[in-house]
Amino acid sequence: MSVSDMFIALQGVLTADQDIREEIRKVVQALEQTAREILTLLQGVHQGAGFQDIPKKCQKAREHFGTVRTQLESLKTKFPADQYYRFHEHWRFVLQRLVFLAAFVVYLESETLVTREAVAEILGIEADRERGFHLDIEDYLSGVLTLASELARLAVNSVTAGDYSRPLRISTFINELDSGFRLLNLKNDSLRKRYDGLKYDVKKIEEVVYDLSIRGLNKEATVGEGEEK
Amino acid sequence: MSVNVVLECSSLAVKKNSCYSQKLRSGGFRKRKYDNFPHGQRREEKENVNPSSALMTSFKSFQMELDTRHDKYERLVKLSRDITIESKRTIFLLHRFTSAPNGEEILNESEVKLDAVRRKIKQVAQELIGEDMYQFHRAISPGLQEYIEAVSFQYFIKTRSLISVEEINKQLVFAAEDREETTNMTSNSHDKPPHTWSLKVTPVDYLLGVADLTGELMRLCIGSVGNGDIDTPFELSQFLRQIYDGFTFIGNTGPYEVSKKLYTLKQSLAKVENACYTLKVRGSEIPKHMLADVFSTKTELIDQEEGLS
Repeated sequence: MSVSDMFIALQGVLTADQDIREEIRKVVQALEQTAREILTLLQGVHQGAGFQDIPKKCQKAREHFGTVRTQLESLKTKFPADQYYRFHEHWRFVLQRLVFLAAFVVYLESETLVTREAVAEILGIEADRERGFHLDIEDYLSGVLTLASELARLAVNSVTAGDYSRPLRISTFINELDSGFRLLNLKNDSLRKRYDGLKYDVKKIEEVVYDLSIRGLNKEATVGEGEEK
Repeated sequence: MSVNVVLECSSLAVKKNSCYSQKLRSGGFRKRKYDNFPHGQRREEKENVNPSSALMTSFKSFQMELDTRHDKYERLVKLSRDITIESKRTIFLLHRFTSAPNGEEILNESEVKLDAVRRKIKQVAQELIGEDMYQFHRAISPGLQEYIEAVSFQYFIKTRSLISVEEINKQLVFAAEDREETTNMTSNSHDKPPHTWSLKVTPVDYLLGVADLTGELMRLCIGSVGNGDIDTPFELSQFLRQIYDGFTFIGNTGPYEVSKKLYTLKQSLAKVENACYTLKVRGSEIPKHMLADVFSTKTELIDQEEGLS
C-alpha cells in the first residue's frame, strides 16, 4: 500500500466521522429547543400566581418529555452504539440540562430527589452503560447540582409569594443533598467546580430560613410540615 | 436568640472568607457551626439527614462508581507514561542505528524494547475490557502516539516505507495463550476474559504519531549527513514529501491537533529539502571527506532555529 493510498483511506474515515458529527449536531439542536421549551414552562413556578397550578405545569412538562424521548431515540441511531464516549461532548450539555429539568419536575411533584434510574426512564434511555445509550453518572450529578441552584431561587420566590413553608422543606432537601455530595471524592474537573457552587445555594436557603425564623413566620409552617411526615 | 444571631452572622462571614478553601475544610467547619446551635433549627435539620436514607445510599453507590472510574483512569495514565518513556528510549536507540556498525544488533534490541512496550499496551487492553475505549482515550492517547512513532520509525528503518494502521493494529492483538502468565503476574484478573484482546489505534492517533515520526526522520536525515551518508537524505526527502502530500490531502478534515502538526511537518520537510539542496550543490565541488564539516555547521544552525520556534 503506498503512502498516498493510506492517506486517502484515512481521509475517507475522517470524512465519515465528520458526517456522523454533523448528524448528531442536528438532533442535539432539536433537543436543546425542546429543553428550552420545558424550562420556559417550568419557569412559571417562580411567579406568584404560578404556585397554584404546579401540578398542571408538571403535567405539561411531562408531555414535552415525550418529544425528548423520540428525539433521543433518533440520536441513538446516528452513531455506533459502542462509541458513546467518542461523541459524548456533543450531547453532554443538553443531557445535563434535561436531567435538571426532569429532576425539577419530580421535585415539584413529590419533593424528592429523582433517582438516576428514574431520570433515565423519563428520558427513555438506559441507566447502565452495558445496555446502550445511557446516562453518565457525572452528567446526572451535574444536573442535580443545577437543581440545587434553581431551588435556592425558588425558596426566595416562594417567600415573596407568601408560601413560608416551602423554604423549610427546600432547606431540608438541600441539606440532605449537600451531605450526599460530601460523600463523593471528586476530581478537579467540571463537576467539582459545579459542586463548589452548591455551598452558596445552601447558604442562600439558610438565609431565607433564618429570615423566616427570626420573624416567627416558620411557626405555623413547621406544624404543617410535621403533619406531612 | 440574640446570641445565636451574632454567632451566625460571624460564622457566615467566616464562611464567605473561606469560600475558596478545600471542601474538606468547609465540611469540618460546618460541623462546628452546628455545634453552636444545639437547640436551633439547624440541629433539627441535621438530624433529618439520615445516613441510611434512600438519597444517602444512592450517593454512597455513586461514590463507589466514581472512585472506581477515577482509579482506572489513573492506572491508565500511569501505563501511558511508561509506554511513552519506553517508546522514547526505543527511538533514541534507533537513532544510533546509522552511526553504529552493528546495525542488526540495534534492530534486535529495539524489537525487544518494543515487545516490552506491547506488554504494557496489553495491560491497557486488559483494563479496557468491557469498557468504552473512548471514555478513557484521553488517558492513553499520548502513550499510544509515542508508540506509533517508535514502531513506524523502526518499520521505516527496516523497510523504507510507511507502516499502515492495519499493520499496527495487527501487532496489538493479544492472544489468550499467554493469559495464564499475565493473570498470575497481575492480580487484576477478570472473570471471563475473551479469547483475544485487541487495542485499536484510532485514525487520529495514528496520524498524530506519523506526524511525530517526520520529526524523527528529519533528525535522522541531518544525522546521516553528518556521518557522510549521501544517499539517505534523498531517500528521506522523497518519503517525507509523500507524507506531507498525504497530510495536505487530509487538510482541515481532521481534528484541530492534526492541522497544528502540519505546520511543524512543513518545517521538518523544509530542513530536509535544504539539506538535499546543499548536498547537491556542494557535493559536486567539495571532496566527500569534507562534507561532514559543512554539515556540522549546518546542523548547528538548524538547532538554533528549533530553539527559537
